[in-house]
Amino acid sequence: MVNFLQQCFNGLVSGAFLALLAVGLSVIFGMLGVVNFAHGAFYMLGAFGAYVLLTDAGVSFWTALLLVPLALGGFGMVLERLLIHGLTALDPLYNFLLTFGVTLVLQDLVKREYGVASQPYPVPAALRGSVHLGLFDYPAYQVLVLAASAVVCAGVWYVLTRTRVGMVVRAATERPELTGALGVNVGRWVTPVFGFGAALAGLAGVLAAPMRAVNPLMGADLIITVFAVVVIGGLGSIPGSVLAGFGIGVASALCNLYLPALSQTLVFVLMAAVLLWRPSGLFGREEARI
Amino acid sequence: MRRAGIAVLVLGFAVAGCGGGPRAAGGKLSDDKIVLAVLNDQSGVYSDLSGRNSVEAVKMAVEDFKARQLYDRQLADAILDVPTSSAALAVATVAKQKKRLYLNVGAATTDLTGKACNRYTFHYAYDTYMLAHGTGTTVTRQGARNWYVVYPDYAFGQDMQKSFTAAIQAAGGTVIAKDPTPFPNDNFATFLLKAPSLNPKPDVLGTMQAGGDLVNLVKQYNEFKLRDKGIKLSVGLMFITDIRSLGPDAFAGTTFTDAWYWNLDQRSREWADRFFARTKVRPSFAHAGNYSAATQYLEAVQRAGTDAADTVVKQLEGYTFDDAFARNARIRAEDHRVVHDVYLAEVKPSAQVGEEWDYERIVKTIPAADAFRPVADSAAAGCTMG
Repeated sequence: MVNFLQQCFNGLVSGAFLALLAVGLSVIFGMLGVVNFAHGAFYMLGAFGAYVLLTDAGVSFWTALLLVPLALGGFGMVLERLLIHGLTALDPLYNFLLTFGVTLVLQDLVKREYGVASQPYPVPAALRGSVHLGLFDYPAYQVLVLAASAVVCAGVWYVLTRTRVGMVVRAATERPELTGALGVNVGRWVTPVFGFGAALAGLAGVLAAPMRAVNPLMGADLIITVFAVVVIGGLGSIPGSVLAGFGIGVASALCNLYLPALSQTLVFVLMAAVLLWRPSGLFGREEARI
Repeated sequence: MRRAGIAVLVLGFAVAGCGGGPRAAGGKLSDDKIVLAVLNDQSGVYSDLSGRNSVEAVKMAVEDFKARQLYDRQLADAILDVPTSSAALAVATVAKQKKRLYLNVGAATTDLTGKACNRYTFHYAYDTYMLAHGTGTTVTRQGARNWYVVYPDYAFGQDMQKSFTAAIQAAGGTVIAKDPTPFPNDNFATFLLKAPSLNPKPDVLGTMQAGGDLVNLVKQYNEFKLRDKGIKLSVGLMFITDIRSLGPDAFAGTTFTDAWYWNLDQRSREWADRFFARTKVRPSFAHAGNYSAATQYLEAVQRAGTDAADTVVKQLEGYTFDDAFARNARIRAEDHRVVHDVYLAEVKPSAQVGEEWDYERIVKTIPAADAFRPVADSAAAGCTMG
C-alpha cells in the first residue's frame, strides 16, 4: 500500500511537468488558436538557460527560476510579434508548421553549441535531502517540483477566473469578436499571453534541469505526450489541462509498474478513447474552435 | 511520434566517404578508388559518442594511410560504425546482399556474430556479451549477488538484459527482478522506488540504459539515494561522454567494462592527443574503434592488392594485429568477431580526476581470449557464415 502511494506520488511529480507545459499550451491555444509545437523547445531552452546561467555566470538555481521564465517570456513575445502573428489569420496548420520549424531551428542551434550529450546540472544544495511525507520519504527536490507546479497551476486558474485580467482573457478566448465589440482591445492581449505560455514552459525547463537529462532533444521527447494531455483535457481548458497532466502522470507511473508492455502507448490509447467518447476532450467546449 | 524519432535516427544517417588509392599495391581497384562510408547518427542521441567525430577518426586513419582524400556518396567499398543495434542488423543484411564489407563498430548486439553473421560483416569494438561478461561477472563475484535489472525496451536493451542475466547466473548471482522501461523515458522513479521494496533487497541496480536515458536514471538514482540504502549502481554500457554529462561524482565507484580508454597508456594517449587537436574532445572507445577498423581495412586492401570484397575478407580473416585501439587483437574467421583486450574500469571521484576527461581508473585487463563470446557459442547462436 505504501509502495502504491509512493508510486502515485511519483506519478504526480511527473505530472507536474506535464501540467505546467499543458497549461501554457492551452492558454496559447485558447487565446491565439495556435497549436504551439515549439513548446517543447521552450522547455528545453528553459533547462539550458539554467545550465548556462550556472556554468557561465554562477547564477544559482533560485535566481534562474525567476530569470529564465522572464527571458523566455520576452523571447516568446518577440517570436509572436515577428513570426506567429502574421499567420494567425490563416489556417492553423500554417502556424503548426511554423512552430515545428522553429523547434528544429532552436534544437539545432543548441546542438551546434553544446552537442547532443547531456549537460551536468546539480540539485540545489538546500534540497539534496529527503522529506518525510507521513508514510514514506521522498527526495526534497521532487517535492518542491510538485509544490511549485501545483502553486503555479492554481495561480493561473485564480488569475483567469477571479481577476479582471482573467475575465478579459477568457472573454477574448471564447468570443473574440463579441469581446472586441464591447470595447476591449483583444489584440493587445495576444502577445503577452503567448509570452506567458512560453514563460511557463521555461519554468518547467528550469525545474527539470536538476532531475532530468539536459540535452537539445529533451523537449522533443516530451512534447508529444503534452499534446496528448492537452487533447485529453480539452483544448483550451485550463482545469482540463491540469487534471489531465497530473492524471496522465499517475496513470503512466502505475502502468510502468503493473503493465510495462503498455507504458509507451498508454497515453495515446487514453487519448483515442477520450476522443471517441468526448471529441472535445474531458473539459473542452462542445464546439470545436478549428 | 516517439517511434518516428527513432526512425529518423535510423534513416537520418550521413554518408561521409573517404577514399584513396593505396600506392604500394599494384593490383586492381574497382573504379580506381576505395570508398569508406561511415554510416551513423549525425544529429540524434548517439551523435556525440560516435557521430561526426567517428568520421573524423576514419579520416585520420585514411590520412595516416597516406591516401589522398576523395569524397563519394556512391559505390562504397566498406561501411563503418552504425550505432543502434536495430539499424546495424539491417545493414548486415544489405552487406551480404551487395557483397560489400561492413565493419560494425558502434552497435552492441551479439546477433551480428550470431544469427545475422555473414561473410561480409565484421563486428569490431564491443558487444553485449563482452559488457555483461566483464561487468556482470565481476560485480557478482565481488559480492553483489542479487541484481535488479532495468533495460530499455528495444533490441539493444533486450539483448543486454539477456547477456547480463546469463553472466550473473553463471557467476553465482541471481536476477531478482528485471523490468523493461519505456524508451526514451524521463521518469525512472517507478523502478527506483520499486528497488528497495523487492524481496530479497537487491545489492545492485543494473541499468542497461544509454545516452540521455542513462543520465535521467542516474540523476534520479542519486536523488532517491539508493546507494545509501545499500543498492549499488552498475552501468551496462558507459561511454566517456556519459561520465562527462553527469560529472564523475554522480558515478563515483561505479564499475563498468570499457573496450578502450584514451589514457590507457602512451600509445592510446598519443592518438587521443591527435584526436583532441582536431575535435577538442577526448575520443570515446567508438571513435578509436572506427580509426582502427578503417586502418585494418585499408591495410588489408594493400596486402590483397585489390579491393575486391572476397579477397579482402580472406586477408582479414584470422589476421592478428596491435594498434592504438586494439591490443592482442585477432579477427576470428569463424564468426568475424574482432577479439582484443578489454578493460574493467571504475569511475574516479572528482577529487582524483587529475586532468579534464581523465575519469577512469583501469582496474584490470580482460585478455582478448576471455573477453568475447566463444566461437562455439556464436555457432550455437546460429552463425553459419552463410
